[in-house]
Order: sequence, then structure tokens, then C-alpha cells
Amino acid sequence: MPLVVAAQDAALPAFKEIDSVEARVQGCVTCHGQSGQGTNSGYYPRIAGKPAGYLYNQLVAFRNGTRNYAPMNYLVAYLPDAYLREMAEHYAKLRPPYARRDPGNVDPALLARGEALVKTGDPQKTIPACAACHGAGLTGMQPGIPGLVGLRPTYLTAQLTAWKVGERKAAEPDCMKRIATRLTESDIAALSAWLARQEPPQDPSPESANLVRMPFACGSQK
Amino acid sequence: MRLGVRIAIGVVVLAALAIAVVLSMQPGALPSKPQQPHAAAPASGAANAETLLIQKGEYLARAGDCVACHTDPEGKEFAGGRAMPTPFGALYSPNITPDEETGIGQWSSDEFYRMMHSGVSRDGSLLYPAMPFASYTKVTRADSDAIYAYLMSVQPVKQKNRPHELKFPFNKRELLIGWRTLYFKEGEYQPDPKQSEQWNRGAYLVEGLGHCSMCHTAINALGGSKESNEFEGGMIPNQNWYAPSLTSNREAGLGDWDIKDIADLLQVGVSKRATVYGPMAEVVYNSLQYMTDADAEAMAVYLKSLPKRDAEPPPTSQARLVQPSVMEQGRKIYETQCSMCHGSDGKGHPPSYPPLAGNQSITMASPVNSIRMVLNGGYPPGTKKNPRPHGMPPFSHILDDDEVAAVVTYIRVAWDNSGTPVAASQIPELRKLLPE
Repeated sequence: MPLVVAAQDAALPAFKEIDSVEARVQGCVTCHGQSGQGTNSGYYPRIAGKPAGYLYNQLVAFRNGTRNYAPMNYLVAYLPDAYLREMAEHYAKLRPPYARRDPGNVDPALLARGEALVKTGDPQKTIPACAACHGAGLTGMQPGIPGLVGLRPTYLTAQLTAWKVGERKAAEPDCMKRIATRLTESDIAALSAWLARQEPPQDPSPESANLVRMPFACGSQK
Repeated sequence: MRLGVRIAIGVVVLAALAIAVVLSMQPGALPSKPQQPHAAAPASGAANAETLLIQKGEYLARAGDCVACHTDPEGKEFAGGRAMPTPFGALYSPNITPDEETGIGQWSSDEFYRMMHSGVSRDGSLLYPAMPFASYTKVTRADSDAIYAYLMSVQPVKQKNRPHELKFPFNKRELLIGWRTLYFKEGEYQPDPKQSEQWNRGAYLVEGLGHCSMCHTAINALGGSKESNEFEGGMIPNQNWYAPSLTSNREAGLGDWDIKDIADLLQVGVSKRATVYGPMAEVVYNSLQYMTDADAEAMAVYLKSLPKRDAEPPPTSQARLVQPSVMEQGRKIYETQCSMCHGSDGKGHPPSYPPLAGNQSITMASPVNSIRMVLNGGYPPGTKKNPRPHGMPPFSHILDDDEVAAVVTYIRVAWDNSGTPVAASQIPELRKLLPE
């Protein structure tokens, strides 16, 4: 049954057909936006265009309690795998425009450290480059590695810190844990600041799997 | 993550009853060796008697929702260890897999029945009433044996039980004798010959394995509930959801509902009249979606027949007065944020989006559930008959306390709804709670 779309605001409920995946995922929109592009709040990430496998792993982890964020744990607590997969595939296909980048002033030395970590890593500390797994364009890699572009510093800092302290984890072997525990707080600030200031890519699609040998083995890429 | 722990009840009291009654209830005539061999996986799927018994037991274990409490969110099925916060401290559910050492592998069917029927463990200790033995006592011996056979057939898991963390004096099990005297009536379900077979089946499931009264009957300060108040509703301790009265037409009384809508709500999770969220979503997800159509309908028939007992008179027109400015604020928020799914007329798009007009769970005396839904949103459970439910988003980060109060007030009084206004001062306490 066709319905009038009530509002264009990204965070407001809106859909055309009741019997559609758009209508079913209205539970996501006030935080992640109508097309998964994110909303005004810096803490809620853009989810559009991330690999379906990554989004699915997160939904399952929220449901099973292996990733902790109470509002998400609550929302997906009683949803079956097949439906979580459908939600993940829905958002993975979307390509909404990116929000404006963070224009804040940041110490150039910090940005330089961020850029170095992203592009070349820190061999002294055995930290591989972010781009080695998250893609040359930082748009992620199929099936399980998320893109880093279009994320804001609040979210990036919170997540990297959560990995570092062991609050966030992934399937073993947990490559991201190995990396995050090597990062200092200052490294995390540098990465978040640099990543949040990058131009969005022409093609936001994640890279195909197996184009590159990954520096660390990752359970989510199996 | 905390799936709604719906026990809470129980742990009881005791402080008031600190009459140290130190009786020991040792298992006198119980056999010391297990009577039955462990049932292995049924051979080649042939429907022999043992297979049928195990299948029946699996179904009944679903009806009793054993898995919800006896499985830790990150643990193995039936291995226990799930934390159950209660006002008296934390309880941890035990391992009920057939592991010889750490589970119930050495239990006999007699011992299992005594536990279900009398609330006494194999070693003679009294169970805390977080285990709903006050309901399970109604289960027949034959059904208890089937559940036993099923549990003996599942994968054994070696996992030691975690000791409870109850504060003194609640850690004294002897005090449970006082609780039992007050609140426990032992006895299998006795069919009412004046009622139909269907009604009796429904009553058996609702009062027995379903243990609905654990949440839908108010619990007093002693962690007990009175039979005379059965199904009259109450706050679920430590979960802060309100379990509506099943006997009041102002709450979730089902007197004027179609049987199909009641059965749908139980088994599908959504219906033309209402939708389940929160702790009831867990019950539907883990338990009720697996009920046969016949059993869901039987439960509906029984629930619809519950006597109507409104504990309180309807609110006076004075109590229902709303400041015009609040009403207007609420209406504006509703039109912007809510009307897309629930309609300007409040009729919703059932069963996808529930109606708010004429919805008792919106207008009932306690506004807690409505406030929590506005703050945290929610998804109904994904069930066999509704595997892709429609969800509602959270608004806690968008609306301030005044706005939440205004929009909840609006839905409680608009469209001739019979609710009362909500004050902004009621919001902060619920906003602080983690969604669960």
C-alpha cells in the first residue's frame, strides 16, 4: 500500500511501502539516517556501503552480546540470522552522499602521524598500514572489513579505544585487537583526526577480497 | 547483553521472616542411583516411543521456556550460568544439561519431578522461587517425565554452577520455608469439568509451564505473589517494564479481543490489536512462537475468559485534563516523528505498526512501557510466522524530557484514549536505565 513520504529529514521515519525492507528497518533511522548515511550526532556511524559481511557480523555480535552497546543490543535481541543478513545486505547496497567532513583545526604533526599510520603503518611497533586491510581507498574489503571513510572522529576514537582495552573484539584470530593494543592514545587521536578529514572516494564500494595478502590473519575474513 | 530476565521474582524476602527455621529437608526415600540410562540420540529418526517422548519433551521445554534462564547469552544451551539480578542479590541459573558431574546427569526422573513439583533439589535443598516451581507444580508427571527425557538427550556440557551472590539473610535457604508457607501451593493442575477441553489445555499451559503469573501478577516486598491477585499485573523487578494486568480491560484485559488476535500476539508477536516488546518479546521468541496453533488458541481461549477485575476505577475527567499547550506540543511531535508509521488517526498499520488509538497498553495507568518505547524504540521478536518484523527507532537522543512527556501524554489522551497525562519529571529515571 503506497504511503506518502512524510518528511525528507534524514533522521525521520519515512518509506513508500509497508511491505518493504525500507519500512522494516525504520528502527535504525533516527541514529543511522534513512539511507545509512549517519545523522547529526557524531557518535552514530555511517553504515551505508560497508561490506554486508561486516554489517552482519556486527548485528549478530550485538544480538549475542559479544559487542556491547545497550541500545543496539536491545533492538536486535530477538531477531533471527536471516533477517539480520537481509538488513546488512540492504545497507551494504546503499550509496548515499557523504556528510560534510570535519573542518576542525588539528595540529599538523598529529595529522602527519595519522597519515603515516594509515598509509605505511609503524614498522617499529609492528603496526601495519590501515590501508593494507581497509583498502587502498579506505572503503573496506569484502566480506568483513569496514570502510573507514565517512566516519567521524568521535566514533573512530571510541571504537579504536574500545578495541585497545578489549571491550570490542572480533572473531579469532582477532587481527584488530593485535593492532589496537599497539596504538597509543595519541595514535588513536591522530588516526581519528586524519581519517575524518579525508575526501570521500569517487567509488565508495569495498575492495574485493583476496586482491592483497593481509599482514595479519583475520577471523572475520574467513 | 541482557535478554530480559524474567525471573526476578523471587528471591524473596526473608528479612521479615528471619525466624530461623532450620529444618532440613533431606531426601528420604529417593533412590541414590540414576534410574534411567541417558537417552542417546534417537536411532535413524524412526518414530519409536523414546523418540516421540523426547520430541514431546522438547516441545514442553519450549512451553516452559527453560532455555531462557538456563542459557547464558554467551554460553552453551542449557548450561546455565545466566545472571539474574534480583532485589536481593544475583542468582545464577544452574547447568541442566545431562553432564554427570556438573549438570543433572545423575538425576532420576523421580528427582526431576520432585524438583518441578515441590521445588526441592536433588540434594534436598530448597529452590529459590526464581525457578517458577509455584507454576511448574501444576505440570503432570507424564509431562515432567517427557521434559526429563528431552533434557537427558541434549548435549552434556561440563560447566560448574556459579554460586549465587545473595546478601544476608537472603542467602539462607532455610528461610525459604517461610516463603513457601505463604506463597507456594503444591499440586498438579486439576481440570475444571465445567470448562471445555480446550479451555483446560489453555489453563494448564498458562498457569503451569507458561508461568505467566511470574510477571503478570504483582510481587510484594517479600518477593511473593498472592493467588487472589493473579494476573493483575505489576512492575517486573530489576527490569523496569510493567507487565500489564491480564484481567483488566484498562490494561491488557483480553475480554473484548478476538481469539485470533490473542493467539497471534502470543505466537506471532504481532496482532491487529497490539505488538509485544521487551521481556514479552523474549518470551515469544524463545517459547511461544513454537506453540502449535491449537495450543496458542487454547491459551487465548483461557486468557480471554479470565475474570474482569479492575483494581482501580477509571481515571476521573479531572485527572485526564491536559494543558492545551502540552497537547499542542505533543501533537506536533507526533505528526513529525510518529504519524508516518502510526497514522495521524493513531490507527497504525497493523500488524506491521501497532495502533495507538484504543490500545490498552498505551492508556493503562502505568505509562512506563510507553515512555520506554519512545526513548528506546524496539523490535518485536522475529518469529516463524513473522520472521521480518517492522521496528521502531529510539528517540531518546532527539526528544528532551518535556518533549517525551508531551508526546506520551498526547498518545494517551488523543483519539478518545482514556489515559492520563505524564509529567516530565517521570522521564529522567527511565532515561537513565539501559534499554533491555
